[in-house]
Amino acid sequence: MTPLLIAQIVLTLFVFFMLLNSAAVMVYVERKVAALLQQRLGPYLVGPKGVLQPLADVVKLMFKEELRPRAADPLLFALAPIISATAAFAAFAVVPFGAETTLFGLLKEPLRLQVADVNVAILVIFAIGSMGVYGIVLAGWSSNSKYSLLGGLRSSAQMISYELSYGTAIASVLLIANSMSLTDIVNRQAGAWFGIIPRWFLFLQPLGFFIFMTAGIAETNRAPFDFPEAEQELVAGYHTEYSSMSFAMFFLAEYINMVTVSAVATDLFLGGWHGPLIPESFGWLWFLVKVAALLFFYVWMRWTLPRYRYDQLMAFGWKVLLPLSVVNLLATAAGVLYFGA
Amino acid sequence: MAPETLAFYAFGAVAVVASLLVIAQRNPIYSVLLLIASFGALSGLYVLLDAPFVAVIQIIVYAGAIMVLFLFVVMLLNAPHEETEYDERVHPLLRPGPMRFGALLALVLAGELSWALTRSGDSGRFPAGAVASVRAIGRSLFTDYAFPFEVTSILILVAMVGAVLLARREGRG
Repeated sequence: MTPLLIAQIVLTLFVFFMLLNSAAVMVYVERKVAALLQQRLGPYLVGPKGVLQPLADVVKLMFKEELRPRAADPLLFALAPIISATAAFAAFAVVPFGAETTLFGLLKEPLRLQVADVNVAILVIFAIGSMGVYGIVLAGWSSNSKYSLLGGLRSSAQMISYELSYGTAIASVLLIANSMSLTDIVNRQAGAWFGIIPRWFLFLQPLGFFIFMTAGIAETNRAPFDFPEAEQELVAGYHTEYSSMSFAMFFLAEYINMVTVSAVATDLFLGGWHGPLIPESFGWLWFLVKVAALLFFYVWMRWTLPRYRYDQLMAFGWKVLLPLSVVNLLATAAGVLYFGA
Repeated sequence: MAPETLAFYAFGAVAVVASLLVIAQRNPIYSVLLLIASFGALSGLYVLLDAPFVAVIQIIVYAGAIMVLFLFVVMLLNAPHEETEYDERVHPLLRPGPMRFGALLALVLAGELSWALTRSGDSGRFPAGAVASVRAIGRSLFTDYAFPFEVTSILILVAMVGAVLLARREGRG
């Protein structure tokens, strides 16, 4: 085995481990930020300032009893959380999070900070995302419970509706970048206009960024679009009947999907690992800062905005967001044609 | 065996077995899921053919979008087991009405397939890399195949208008 191959395997395991960790950190951040916004304390008993709370939660979930309704479909009931979690992990595989590095001269050839470099990376994320829907839909159906079924149906309808705007927003970025590889897209955002404004696609595609983030929130089923699990109407939606670790897998999938959407948004619109002050080889620090900012925004949204009504959600998706994204795509195409990319 | 050949046989086996099971077992939800598995295996075959774009599109369009709609409909109908109105013991060709027609069509299809498989020829060959890049696909879609492309889009538009019309009419009545 060459050192590069070993480094790549280590990198893959590292990404897997960090994604798991990010979910734990996000659970803590979510609870702390929610508490701050509502003038509460949040978790504070387990460890200093409650930082060990996620660990305690995991241990608690592991020791809970695994329940299954008698009328549930045993195979699909077990399969659904696995599909959700696998899709969530797999999508991150094609997301680049740093410039090529030799690990301070340790390796002869540079190592890409990305698990798999695919030249249609952005489409792969899309494809895996559409597989993730099945986890939720099957969970809803196989539980054989009316709340779960309604949650699953809502989620699939919502994801189909918002996937269109999501894809169209991405297509506008692809037009500007003239490439489908996320690494190329990030590298096109290096440098700055007039020496001050970073060359982020955010400034060329403000509307695209808005559409992408809105659709991204809907795709990850987060508030204010958290209909699949609207507590007041559906108990807990598609995962009502799940307990113990199979519930934990849905939970994990939700947080990892948030991280992936934020990471993709960072690569597409916020210049990825490019930023001032820090040398290129430490660019992943910028990447982390940007992803963290977007994740904070996500949590902030959840505890600030109330949930929409279901018909409002559908009307917004089809009558506002989709036309907006199509207009944005046409305008971008015209711009690219006029200014010659 | 080379790893690529092994992968080809693995994907091929999954595709064939899953497709057979789609019709061989009676739970419609499982049929939909097996069809998705079959599409996934096909997509793997496209990757082996050096056409990653086609592979990803196969997943997004068929396994992702279309099959979600299938699953949606099956779930809404909530028919866990297929209703059988005919006698299970009678041979399909001897059953009345549409069943017999379906069996006849299946026979014709089997005949066509065996003819196509035994016929040797290089009709399936195209220059290497022709479908590898998105750029090449886009260019040929909008130049050589512009007319079929536009006609297809009109066809889809007609289908969409038709669907909306049908849904509306049902709502009023």
